[in-house]
Amino acid sequence: MHELSICQALVDQLEGIAAQHPGKQVIEVYLGIGPLSGVVPQLLNDAFSVARAGSCADAATLHIHESEIIVRCLSCGKQSPATANRLLCSHCGEWQTELVSGDELLLERVELEAFEQSGESSPAYH
Amino acid sequence: MCDTCGCSITEGNRHLIDEGGKHEHSGAVEVLSNLLHENNHTAAHNREHFDRHHVLTINLMSSPGSGKTALLEATIEQLGKKYRIGVIEGDLETENDAERIRAKGVPAVQIMTGTACHLDAHLVHSALHDMNLDEIDILFIENVGNLVCPASFDLGQHYNVTLLSTTEGDDKPAKYPVMFRAADAMLITKSDLLEVLGDFDPQKATQYLRNLANPADVMTLSARSGEHIDLWIEWLNERFDQQQQRIADGATRRPAIQADEIALHAAR
Repeated sequence: MHELSICQALVDQLEGIAAQHPGKQVIEVYLGIGPLSGVVPQLLNDAFSVARAGSCADAATLHIHESEIIVRCLSCGKQSPATANRLLCSHCGEWQTELVSGDELLLERVELEAFEQSGESSPAYH
Repeated sequence: MCDTCGCSITEGNRHLIDEGGKHEHSGAVEVLSNLLHENNHTAAHNREHFDRHHVLTINLMSSPGSGKTALLEATIEQLGKKYRIGVIEGDLETENDAERIRAKGVPAVQIMTGTACHLDAHLVHSALHDMNLDEIDILFIENVGNLVCPASFDLGQHYNVTLLSTTEGDDKPAKYPVMFRAADAMLITKSDLLEVLGDFDPQKATQYLRNLANPADVMTLSARSGEHIDLWIEWLNERFDQQQQRIADGATRRPAIQADEIALHAAR
């Protein structure tokens, strides 16, 4: 349910970015989402098609990069992959670990393009 | 927050900057901003507000019906004379919970979220307009009963307390890891029913919590019978004293929700 709220926040941020680039619209949006962010990528995608309507991102495509869960052991110091409900060190079995990645909820990159040039023109700014 | 652009650099995305310096703002296309940037900004504002008024703020989260309001009623009975307590109640509909709290002589503001499944920092900020923080020592925010959505939204609280009632099953922390990973304390409620139910093992629930690398305190208690409520009261007393000490030191505290972002920025 909260994916729609998050998409509305995303569209607000996109509007802010588009306002800095007059005459351009958002065509590609890249997100980084971790399994421990509490957000389901598929639901976010569905919600985006609703939230983008009538905004600067009306024609935008959402790309979601799902990050891996990596923990660092507070006992042996090694890093290892983990799953959402077992954040244990796979080297020594210790439960006291810290998260290195896996809870991201990030707007990573936005690509814009001039209005009325959809299709062949190259995205601006790289 | 990064001073130049409001971005969110974490261990997970630092390589984007380190590898080839993509974090340039020639066209403002490399954003690296938390999707909840706006909510987090308002939450930080709420937290400053609490700290300035020397208020300890606790966010209570759980499934519907696990006993958040009953816990608050028992807490008010025990601590109502020592601390000036205030409550913000979040529900989809009705003033019922706020009325239960007011019946105990404590100010309560009800937020009716309509269809929204969680409180956010803006809703809490609005509710604060109806609350005089100068007259409050401990503010409880009773979030919407939901083990999924509330975990993603920082409200400005200092601690998250997650309730797990004995009628729900001891594997809830494994089923809802995002919520239970964010807990600063886990209360196993309705302990008076343990004997009747027979299949809820508090030790197993604690083990599932530890599997989330969460060292949070676990208390097994009953608001109805009063069993072990003293542990909870002691926990609150300690947190209140710690909060006053932090304020004296010019520091604050934020729960585990996306804490990496803040920690790494503080280190920059």
